[in-house]
Amino acid sequence: MVHAGFTETCLVLTRLSKHFGGLRAVDGVNLEVRRGERRAIIGPNGAGKTTLFNLITGELPVTAGRISLFGQDITALPPYRRAALGIGRTFQIMNLFPRLTVLENVLLAVQGLRRTKYVMHRPVGAYPELQERARHLLERVGLWEKHDLPIASLSYGEQRQIEVLLALAGDPKLLLLDEPTAGLSPAETREIVGILRSLDPSITVLLIEHDMDVAFEVADRITVLHFGKVLAEGTREEIRTNPEVQSIYLGVGEGAQGVSR
Amino acid sequence: MVLALPRLIPAYYTHLLILTFIYGLMAMSLDLLMGYTGLTSFGHAAYFGAAAYAAGILATRYHAHFSVSMLGGLAVALLMAMIFGLLATRATEVYFLIITLALGMGVWGLAYRWASLTGGDNGLPGIPPPDLGLPWSLRDPVNMYYFVLAFFGLASFFLYLFVNSPFGLTLRGIRESESRMRVLGYHTWFHKYTAFVLAGTFSGLGGVLYAFYNRFVSPADVHITASAEAVLMVILGGAGTLFGPVLGAGLVVFLRNLVSAYTRRWLLILGATYVVVVMYAPGGVIGGVKGIVARLKRGVAPVHVSGPAAGSRGVPAGENPDERALTH
Repeated sequence: MVHAGFTETCLVLTRLSKHFGGLRAVDGVNLEVRRGERRAIIGPNGAGKTTLFNLITGELPVTAGRISLFGQDITALPPYRRAALGIGRTFQIMNLFPRLTVLENVLLAVQGLRRTKYVMHRPVGAYPELQERARHLLERVGLWEKHDLPIASLSYGEQRQIEVLLALAGDPKLLLLDEPTAGLSPAETREIVGILRSLDPSITVLLIEHDMDVAFEVADRITVLHFGKVLAEGTREEIRTNPEVQSIYLGVGEGAQGVSR
Repeated sequence: MVLALPRLIPAYYTHLLILTFIYGLMAMSLDLLMGYTGLTSFGHAAYFGAAAYAAGILATRYHAHFSVSMLGGLAVALLMAMIFGLLATRATEVYFLIITLALGMGVWGLAYRWASLTGGDNGLPGIPPPDLGLPWSLRDPVNMYYFVLAFFGLASFFLYLFVNSPFGLTLRGIRESESRMRVLGYHTWFHKYTAFVLAGTFSGLGGVLYAFYNRFVSPADVHITASAEAVLMVILGGAGTLFGPVLGAGLVVFLRNLVSAYTRRWLLILGATYVVVVMYAPGGVIGGVKGIVARLKRGVAPVHVSGPAAGSRGVPAGENPDERALTH
């Protein structure tokens, strides 16, 4: 826990719960993330990590509890309002616009928080600042040469990069990354880690990750979720040596099969 | 070429072309929903029919001027789309389809049963041709052709701008992934609702023109078969291509009128055409033509397509982009 006044907090979850019928997917989670912090969230499959993200972005309504972003209560805000307040996210399962081109994918992300998205009478190409921004983003990951190709013709690793790029296009203050390296080769994983490490230090990052090397490399602190509850929180050393975490990950008790994807 | 056509072809074909433009308006507007937004409406004839009835009633009962009748018809389509849109756009996929179908059936029921207003089963006869106060009478089909073409052209121009605008791109984004659009900051319902209302209104424009050209409106024009035919036009021509559905409308109009001269089983021919298109050109006529063009290009310059696109950034083995493209 960070003491009041010590550093500015970005995100505070207070006794946050999400129940699906009898299943307590998220069960009274308290979480406080400083501005600029890099926090990894780990835990076995079904621990409620992605549900937690869906609550933070507003895609799911909460059952109980409170979400606040930079001191503002956002618990009841719809997703698009939260996006406007600076929350960006990626998806665990690829969630791009498969029948659009690479450029169109990025343009949609770029215009998401701009008034231009309501314009009906001028072509998309008539907005050079949108095109420039999209080009800049694509050049950052070296995919500009492919901007005219359908997104589906990119390799899985490249699509994964676009997935992160879309979340960055709106200049988020809080970035939620849901297993950005899932299914990638070691080389492709390095590319994603490279993008994450080059992020503006003022961006707060919440990262769900099964690859411990990635989690430890990107994150300052780690939170362990288990059956919807926070099991442990601390630095990588604290987590590594925590006996409860070890029992979950090393095969004692019911969470045994969790770590590997 | 389109302008000179009625001078070159028999009057009967002029008649069919006018119908193509009118139904083309309905099909294009439906394509906004079906092809661009990913919402298949099965009640699109409701707005077409309601506008046709409204314009017809204003012109016959109240002897309103053409412009008043037209605006009245458009207003009715707009209002109806605004109300129905509130009910339908909360749903997606098959639920959206069912709701629009039910609402469409409701409108048909009104047209059929509210005889004091609509003439019921007898329909609404005697709609006068538009009197523009010009020396050219719209009783002449050639003049009517230009008259309808003018509206069709204007509407096409607007719709073309619309689908290529940032708003149009937004709709395609919603079609591809609404959840992603929401977290990118889009109030997706607003965009869908706007598309729904626009689509209803443009369908209404088709309806108004239909009333003044056909000079008779009946419950059959708002029946579910009319809505289904609109869906068929969009699929035949190519959903998401805007002008494809106009070709689809032409195909349906010409098939119906030309084939039915030889056989009463023209629906069989239409059905067979539909099956062939869905099997061999799932992207419709436009999609099929594009596919053939792409194949020809590939035949002429095979290196051009597969060459520079892939591999420049060291795509790992087994992640061949061409292979992946096939799986999508």
